[in-house]
Amino acid sequence: MKKSRSITNKLPAIATLAVIAVIWLGASEGGLVPEFMLPSPIQVWQALTADFPTLMRNAAVTLQEAALGLAIGIVVALALATLMHRVRALYRALYPLLVVTQTIPTIAIAPLLVLWMGFGMAPKVTLVALTTFFPLAVSLLEGYASTDRAAANLLRSMGASRWQIFRHLEFPAALGYFFSGLRVSVSYAVVGAVISEWLGGFEGLGVYMTRVRKAYAYDKMFAVIIVIVIVSLLLMALVTALRRLTMPWEAYEKIERND
Amino acid sequence: MSGAGKEMLRAEGITKAYDGRTIIQDISLRLDQGELVCLLGVSGAGKTTLFHTLSGLETPEAGRVLLDGEDITGRPGQISYMLQKDLLLSHKKMADNVALPLTLRGEKPKAAREKALSYFPQFGLEGTGDKYPAQLSGGMRQRAALLRTFLGSRGVVLLDEPFSALDALTKREIHRWYMGMMDQLKLTTLFITHDIDEAILLSDRIYILSGRPGRITAELDIQPPRPRDVDFALSGEFLDYKRTILGMLEGSY
Repeated sequence: MKKSRSITNKLPAIATLAVIAVIWLGASEGGLVPEFMLPSPIQVWQALTADFPTLMRNAAVTLQEAALGLAIGIVVALALATLMHRVRALYRALYPLLVVTQTIPTIAIAPLLVLWMGFGMAPKVTLVALTTFFPLAVSLLEGYASTDRAAANLLRSMGASRWQIFRHLEFPAALGYFFSGLRVSVSYAVVGAVISEWLGGFEGLGVYMTRVRKAYAYDKMFAVIIVIVIVSLLLMALVTALRRLTMPWEAYEKIERND
Repeated sequence: MSGAGKEMLRAEGITKAYDGRTIIQDISLRLDQGELVCLLGVSGAGKTTLFHTLSGLETPEAGRVLLDGEDITGRPGQISYMLQKDLLLSHKKMADNVALPLTLRGEKPKAAREKALSYFPQFGLEGTGDKYPAQLSGGMRQRAALLRTFLGSRGVVLLDEPFSALDALTKREIHRWYMGMMDQLKLTTLFITHDIDEAILLSDRIYILSGRPGRITAELDIQPPRPRDVDFALSGEFLDYKRTILGMLEGSY
């Protein structure tokens, strides 16, 4: 029941995508757009299959940077959000700053990071950590704040310490928010890694992208974009699966709400 | 049954204020073992504040709370309470939810679970230990919350309108069940309600809480022995009690 409904929900989006692909195919095959500007879907597909091993090798590098950066982002977000939640003064001191840092465009700090850290992995991982950290920290803070006051009082009346209230109530309550933040963060992580690779590096999807762009191989350019999209989608699906595994009770709550 | 047991809970001259505004003033009450005492009051009379003070969540400006002779003023973890909302934690399975007061006290999770589960049949919760709260009906969740309250208590429980969300029939059933449960578990109950009929039907004694700041303005014994049935609710005696209580509440406005 549930599964068939989720497919039905996605049907309009799939149809839209198909229509766009058909228009694209018609436009490029019918000679409406010159080939050097917009390659046809068939050419893109050929580029994708021909270059597949190279793409995968580069994707592995990008993924590694994204994963490492994301891991750091998660750890820092968890630590800082929890600390900010526990110490009100820290919250007031840091929250506005956090928001301000988010208005700094990623693309603007990337060259600085390269300047400071060189062309290796370090600036990439740092950039990913910086971009993924924020949505995670904000989701966690919101999650902690969402805790039911009456439930917290009840736990206190049972003699619970602050740590116990955190463990049994606040952290589990924030878990759903955390996963929502993580879903956003994984796509930020991939994009962040790619952008930082544009500015210098030896391997990775971003490096590959710069290379094919300079060669005007736009079919390959599109192939990389598709790979990035698929990698991001897979990672988001992974987060959803992880969420189901970690929060099995959510399944029942949704059924109840739908009634 | 009234007055048969020893004194379990005693509050002496409790006064509690927030931001300089006195919410409850000079409240004294007592509960004897096995008694069911109702605290009947209009809204805004400070019922919740009194409950928070009795359960140790708040420290009163004046007065003290004694449980079985021991001063527990401002010390949570001694008397547990239950609200209209069951407040079961949605991420914990029923067994862990109910065992929570034991776990918080430092008991080993496994032993706590087993102890909680041993009461499940008595509370009509058999076979639900591995389910999540969202999988159970409202009535079952309420009973589970009650079991959790019982496990967290030292014989005295505070109930804040626990059945007010239930319909009349379910309510009568759960009243009857609760009476039986109280005797079985030797519980002493302080019960907040604004439902006069419910108070007369269930209580050994009734305290009237009213005014601003809230004070105990009257105390009333309900004589007929518990459990009382529907016939009692239709008797002249019942109506006399009701008239008396209405008069007491009236005078307090």
